Amino acid sequence: MAEIRVQNLMKSFGEFTAVKGANFTVKDGEFFCLLGPSGCGKTTTLRMVAGLELPSSGSILLDGEDVTFKRARERDIAMVFQLFALYPHMNVRKNIAFPLVSMGVGRDEIRRRVEEAARTLRITHLLDKSVSGLSSGDRQRVALGRAIVREPKAFMMDEPLGALDAEFRQIMCTDLRNLHDRLGATTVYVTHDQLEAMSMADVIAVMNEGRIEQLGSPQEIYDRPASMFVADFIGSPPMNLLPFQGQVAPGDTTVTMDGARIAMPALREASDDSELVLGVRPENVQLTEAGALRGEVFGTEYLGTMQIVTIRTARATVKARISSAIPARMGENVGIAFAPERLSLFRGGTGKVLASALHDVTLTGGRHG
Amino acid sequence: MSAANSAHSVVEPSGYAKLIASCLVALYAVISLVPLVWIGLTSVKSSTDSISYPPKVIPYVDFQPSIEGYCNLFSTRSRQTTEYIQSLPAPQGACESIARSRGMVVVGPSNYVPRYINSLIIAFGSTFLSIALGTAAAYAFSRFKVPLKDDLLFFILSTRMMPPIAVAIPIYLMYRELGLSDTRLGMILLYTSVNVSLAVWLLKGFIDEIPREYEEAAMIDGYTRLQAFRKVVLPQAVTGIVATAIFCLIFAWNEYAFAVLLTSGAAQTAPPFIPIIIGEGGQDWPAVAAGTVLFLVPILVFTVLLRQHLLRGITFGAVRK
Repeated sequence: MAEIRVQNLMKSFGEFTAVKGANFTVKDGEFFCLLGPSGCGKTTTLRMVAGLELPSSGSILLDGEDVTFKRARERDIAMVFQLFALYPHMNVRKNIAFPLVSMGVGRDEIRRRVEEAARTLRITHLLDKSVSGLSSGDRQRVALGRAIVREPKAFMMDEPLGALDAEFRQIMCTDLRNLHDRLGATTVYVTHDQLEAMSMADVIAVMNEGRIEQLGSPQEIYDRPASMFVADFIGSPPMNLLPFQGQVAPGDTTVTMDGARIAMPALREASDDSELVLGVRPENVQLTEAGALRGEVFGTEYLGTMQIVTIRTARATVKARISSAIPARMGENVGIAFAPERLSLFRGGTGKVLASALHDVTLTGGRHG
Repeated sequence: MSAANSAHSVVEPSGYAKLIASCLVALYAVISLVPLVWIGLTSVKSSTDSISYPPKVIPYVDFQPSIEGYCNLFSTRSRQTTEYIQSLPAPQGACESIARSRGMVVVGPSNYVPRYINSLIIAFGSTFLSIALGTAAAYAFSRFKVPLKDDLLFFILSTRMMPPIAVAIPIYLMYRELGLSDTRLGMILLYTSVNVSLAVWLLKGFIDEIPREYEEAAMIDGYTRLQAFRKVVLPQAVTGIVATAIFCLIFAWNEYAFAVLLTSGAAQTAPPFIPIIIGEGGQDWPAVAAGTVLFLVPILVFTVLLRQHLLRGITFGAVRK
């Protein structure tokens, strides 16, 4: 297993630049997730690391060795594709053995390693079946088998669960993470599904329009989004974003919105922009008569123990995730308050977050890359 | 129809529709088969039976089947005096007997077998070349950035926009200069050049349908592109290759106009040879029919052996599994 270091990676297709300077390091044995909407450049980045696409500039280091312009077959990386790419003219055993054949491994050794991989993935009973008759979940396991049988330096996974139905995806998420822990494999995983990324990854890189918006642990990304894009992309429902105008200075612990003073973590930097946006996760919104802001209940979604209440305020629509026990009737005028220590403040123009006490942990904790 | 059947599926045709379809297919089969059956019958008639009017249709009732047509096809005969024939030793084999009963003796084999062999070599040779070139070109067009790709593809297709015979005279002159007239190589090259455009277009469609991920997976798994092509793409393109091969073979096997124009002796194929089998007093129809029947055999065998691939090939892409 190995460390992957990606430096200033760029890729243009003619006029269009798919990846605009990606920098990250995947530590040995880390589960690294590239997360973003479709067209954000995550798959292109993965394909460059795998060697299926040559970068326009930048470099890729695998275990300290520069592999930027090496062919895919010289990199010792395994890849699992979204549509599995199992060879239909071979049975399961031959599919899994295929990479070993190219390495010139002996027949007995191939047999032993294929069976070992099959045991790991619990597909021993499928070994002599044709791949065309398999369910998508079993195909996925066979594709994983073909990847792990080689014991490569790293795994690339391009939305491997994208073709599975929702129920099975949950099971595979757990299985994949367990497999990763057992093999201690360095894994780069591409997905547009935040739940997959949050539940499996050690580190997530959120990508948007060819750039990495934020790099961090799932919790960092959820609690301390670096930009409005991340705040809006992560979470279901996403972070509430309330635009307002005001001036802030370092050390401020409140912002003023519509005359209401809202407490927040102490700011560490000033904004050169009077357009500001306050970000608050729905679970950090409470309905209380003492709330500084007021609004009208516009809708409720019942989710069992919790409910999502949509409140229309003068500023914006705010969603609150609160206990279902709290009554919230349509049309009712309610006061809302935010948990002060969990608020983020963004610059309206660039969408970047303003550093505050909330980020102190991150700054001392050190960043990846 | 019963009440249970009335809740019909939208996709599955009704019994009534199936019946009509079966009738139409049967009718089409009969219409197509009539000439073939007639040729088969003619090949086992005697010369006189073959041109009698009203026609004789039912063997053993209207006429007595004979292998005379096949004998005449494979042999050349010369007319001799009765005295000479009577002076010969007893006839060897059925063909000799038939010839003597007509006042002739067999003097040697006909040119049918060499012409047939020419046909086999030229048709299979050009099919093999068309497929080899076509597969390579189709793969390149399908997978690589080829400069002016669309123009090139259109250019390749444009060679099919006129009947090949339209360029007969330039080709005739060119072949005469190059010394390719009446050579097997010349005919192989000619049929290949006609077929390769068809092969490129058909095969490009088939290769486009094979996801690139297969090759990418193989290349990540340690194979070169060429190995990936051979081990992953080719096995999956077999259906398309076979379907294309059958089309190419049928064209090269049946081609008549160029064969008449460019071959006369050493490289003559069967199609121009068969219709000019002359017996005494004009065309020897049973021999012509016999030559035609045997000429159909290779295509029949080839198609029957590969019909599964052919059917899948024709419906490929239309129905997603």
